[in-house]
Amino acid sequence: MSIAPSPLATEHVSKAPQEAHGLTLSQFLSTYVFSKDHKVIGIQFLFSTLVWFLVGGLLALAVRWQVAWPWSDVPVLGKLFAQEGGQMSPEFYTMLFTMHATVMIFLVIIPILAGAFGNFLIPLMIGADDMAFPTLNMLSYWFMWPAFIAFGASFFVEGGAASGGWTSYPPLSTNVAASPGSGWGQTLWLIGLTFVGVSSMLGSVNYMTTIILMRAPGMTMFRLPMTIWAMFITAVLQAFALPVLTAAGFMQLADRTLGTGFFSPEGLIVNNATPGAGGGQPLLWQHLFWFYSHPAVYIMILPAMGMVSDILTCFARKPLFGYRPMVYSIAGIAGLGFIVWGHHMFMSGMNPALGITFMVSTMMIALPSAVKTFNWLGTVWGGRIHFTTAMLFALAFVSMFIIGGLSGIFMAATPVDIFIHDTYFIVAHFHYVLFAGTAMGVWAGIYYWFPKMFGRTMNEFWGKVHFFLTFIFMNGTFFTMHILGAVGFPRRLADAYHYETFHHLQPMNAFMTWCAIGMVATQAIFAANFFWSMFRGPIAGRNPWNANTLEWTAPSPPGHGNFDFQPVVHRGPYEYSVPGAEKDHLMQTDPPNAAAAAAALVAH
Amino acid sequence: MNRRIWGMAWAILFLAVPVLGVATFAVAPAINVWLPKDVSIHGRDIDSLFYFILALTGVVFIATEMVLFWFLWKYDAAAGERRATYIHGSHTLEVVWTIIPAATLLFLAIYQMNAWADVKMRRPDMPPTVEVVARQFEWRLRYPGRDGVLGTQDDLHLVNDLQLPVDEDILVQLKSMDVLHSFFLPNLRIKQDAVPGMRIPVWFKSTETGSYDIVCAELCGWGHYKMKGRITFVPRSEFDRWLERKYAEQEATRPAGDASGNLAAR
Repeated sequence: MSIAPSPLATEHVSKAPQEAHGLTLSQFLSTYVFSKDHKVIGIQFLFSTLVWFLVGGLLALAVRWQVAWPWSDVPVLGKLFAQEGGQMSPEFYTMLFTMHATVMIFLVIIPILAGAFGNFLIPLMIGADDMAFPTLNMLSYWFMWPAFIAFGASFFVEGGAASGGWTSYPPLSTNVAASPGSGWGQTLWLIGLTFVGVSSMLGSVNYMTTIILMRAPGMTMFRLPMTIWAMFITAVLQAFALPVLTAAGFMQLADRTLGTGFFSPEGLIVNNATPGAGGGQPLLWQHLFWFYSHPAVYIMILPAMGMVSDILTCFARKPLFGYRPMVYSIAGIAGLGFIVWGHHMFMSGMNPALGITFMVSTMMIALPSAVKTFNWLGTVWGGRIHFTTAMLFALAFVSMFIIGGLSGIFMAATPVDIFIHDTYFIVAHFHYVLFAGTAMGVWAGIYYWFPKMFGRTMNEFWGKVHFFLTFIFMNGTFFTMHILGAVGFPRRLADAYHYETFHHLQPMNAFMTWCAIGMVATQAIFAANFFWSMFRGPIAGRNPWNANTLEWTAPSPPGHGNFDFQPVVHRGPYEYSVPGAEKDHLMQTDPPNAAAAAAALVAH
Repeated sequence: MNRRIWGMAWAILFLAVPVLGVATFAVAPAINVWLPKDVSIHGRDIDSLFYFILALTGVVFIATEMVLFWFLWKYDAAAGERRATYIHGSHTLEVVWTIIPAATLLFLAIYQMNAWADVKMRRPDMPPTVEVVARQFEWRLRYPGRDGVLGTQDDLHLVNDLQLPVDEDILVQLKSMDVLHSFFLPNLRIKQDAVPGMRIPVWFKSTETGSYDIVCAELCGWGHYKMKGRITFVPRSEFDRWLERKYAEQEATRPAGDASGNLAAR
C-alpha cells in the first residue's frame, strides 16, 4: 500500500475515481481492486453479495410465479421458453429453487455476514489497524470469484444449472440420467461450493487470529462487543465444520467424474440406465452434508444476532441486558450446533432410535436462543428508544426471530415432523430465521454502519419506507406458509393443485406471490437510497449515533490503518446512560474521570 | 409531539405481529386451510401433540410480542425526558428464564418419545402386506398374492393404485429403484423416505374407508410434482375380491412363458 496512514488518506477509500487521478494504475489496482485493506475487502464483499442478493431474489420470484400460477406464461422469462409456448418447464422450476437457495446461502448470507461485516468491523471494533493476515484476507475475497463464475456459468451449460436441490442429495445429483441439471451444472455447483469453502476458511482463520491477538490495550475478551463475539464463534464453527463439507464435495465429485461409488448403492436403475459403480450409501452424503450445513445455519444467524445486540443497546441508550449470558448462549448454540444435524434426517431412513437422540439435543438448542430473546427484551426494557431505521430493523429481527425460533419446536418434535417434514412449514421456519431474521439484521447493520463505511448517513425517511414495506410484504409472504404447511403442502412441487388435498390452496399462494413481488420491488427504494447516500448523503462525522464502541472513534471512513491515535480501552462496550456522567454514553476509550469512576463503582 | 406519534405508530406495527399472527391461525381452520382429515390410529397422537405445541408456542409468542410492543410504547425517547435505566442484567431473571424453558423443553422431549416409537420403532410382527417401490415418477406396488410371500410367482403387480383393508394393521416394505423419494400419506400422518439400497418398513392402520392421496415429498427430479398415487381403504371382503380380480387381470395379460413378474424391482 502506497498511501501513508494519516487522517487525510481517509477520503481515498470511498470516493469516486476522479479523486484517485494522482495514482498510477498499479496504485489504483492495489487500493481499490486487489486491496489488502480489510475495509475495502469488506466493501467488496458487500457489493458482490448485494448483487447476488438481487439475483437470488429474482430467482425466488420466478419460483413464486410457478407456485402461484403453474404453467401460465412467465413475464420476461417467457422468451426463454418459446418452444413450450412461454411456460416454465418442470425441470427449469427444479433448477430455480435449487439455485435460489444456493445463491442465497453460499453467495449472499454467509459472505455478507462474515465477509462483508466481519471484515469491515472486526479490526475497527477491537482497535486493530488491520487483519492479522492481510494477504490471506485479500485472497478470501478473490477466491469467491471462481465460485461466482462457476455458479453463474452453470446457468448456461447443457442441461442447465444444478437442479437436485441445494442439499444435492445423491443419487439424484450424481446421475445425469436422473436429472438434466445433474450434468455439468452439478459439477460446476460442486466446484463453486469448494471455492466458497476455501474463501470461508481463509476468512475464518484470519478472524480467529485477529480477535485473539490484535485487540487494543485494555480490550479484554469480556469487553468485546457482541458483534465480535458472534464473529469469533462463527469463525470457530466454520473452521471445524467446513472441512467435512469440502471432503464430502470432493467425494461427490469423484462419484460423478471418476466413477467411484461413495453415495450410490449397487444395482440402481435410473431412467432405464444402470450407472456404474455401487456399494455406497445415499445417507452418508446426508450425514456429511448436514454435519456442515447445520452449524452453517448458525453461521448464518449468529453474526446477525451480535450486530442486533449492539444496535439495540445504542438506540435504547442502555447497557446490554445480561452480557455474559449472551456470550455463553452464543457459545452454547455453537456447541450444541454440532450434535443436532440429524434433525434434518428424521424421515431419511436413519435409525429412528438415533432420531430420539437428535430430537433431545434439538429441543435443548432452543434454550440458548430463548435466553438471547429474553435478554434482548430486557435490553429494550427501561430504555430510551430512538426509532431510527437501523433500530427498526433490529427490533424486527427480535420480533421475527421469536416466530422463527418457536416454529422450530414443531419440527424438532419428531412425531409432528412426520407430518410437516418437507412441507411449507419448514419453508416458513427457515425464511423466518434467515430472511425475517438474518436479512433484517443485515439491513440494520447496513443502515447503522453505512456512515462508517462511506462517511455519509443514509436517508432516514426512505429508510423507514423501505423498512415498513419490507416488513409488511415479508410477513404476507412467509407467515401464510405456516398454515400451508399445516395442510401438508409439500415444498419443491412445480404444481401441487392436482392433488385432492391441496387443490384449494392456489388463491393463498397467489396472495403470497403478490406479497413477494412487492417485497422485491421495495428493494429498489433501498438501492436508490444506498447509492444516493453514498455520494449525496449528509456528512456523518466520527460518531453519528453517539455509540460507545471503538469503530466510532475512528474517522468516517477510516483511512488505511484505521485509527489516527492508539485506542486504549477502559470499559465494556455498553456503558450507556451511566448515572452521574454528563453524556448518556461513555465510549470505550473515554478516560476514566472521577464521575464515571464513581458511577462504575455504584454499578458493580 | 410529532415524534411521539411516530413512536406510537411503530409500536403498533409491532403489535400487529401477534394480532395478525393469531388471527391467521384462527381463520385458517375456518377456511379449510388446516390439517387434512386424519383417518389413522396413530395420527391422533401426532395431531394432539401438534395442538399442544401450538398452544405452548402460541402463549410464548403472544407474551413475548406483547412485552416487546409494550416496551416500545412505553420507553419511546419522545415519551418524556428521562434517562434510560442503567442496569447490566439480573442474575435471578437469567436463572428463571433459563430453568423454566429448559424444564419445558425437556418435558416436551420426553413426552413425545412414545408417539414417535409407535410410528417408527414398534413394528408389528407380521409379513409385509405390500411392497412399495418408488421410481421416477411412479409408485410400483407388489402384493404377495395367495401364498402371502413376496417374490413368488403369484405376486400381483400394480402401479399407483394402492388398495388396502380398513381396520387392519398394514406393513409396507418401502424401497426405491433409482433416487430418493418420500412416501407421504397426508391423511394418515405418514412420511418415510424411500432410499435406494435400503428396505424400510412403514406401518399404519386406517379406521375409515375412503380414498386418499399418496404424495412424493422428497425431490426426485423434474417429474417430482406428478408422482401421485392413491391409497384406498376398503372392507376386508371387498379387498379380497379386488385382489382376486386384479390377479385374474394380470394372468390374462401375462405373455406365455414369462414366469417372472416383469414389473418386479429386483
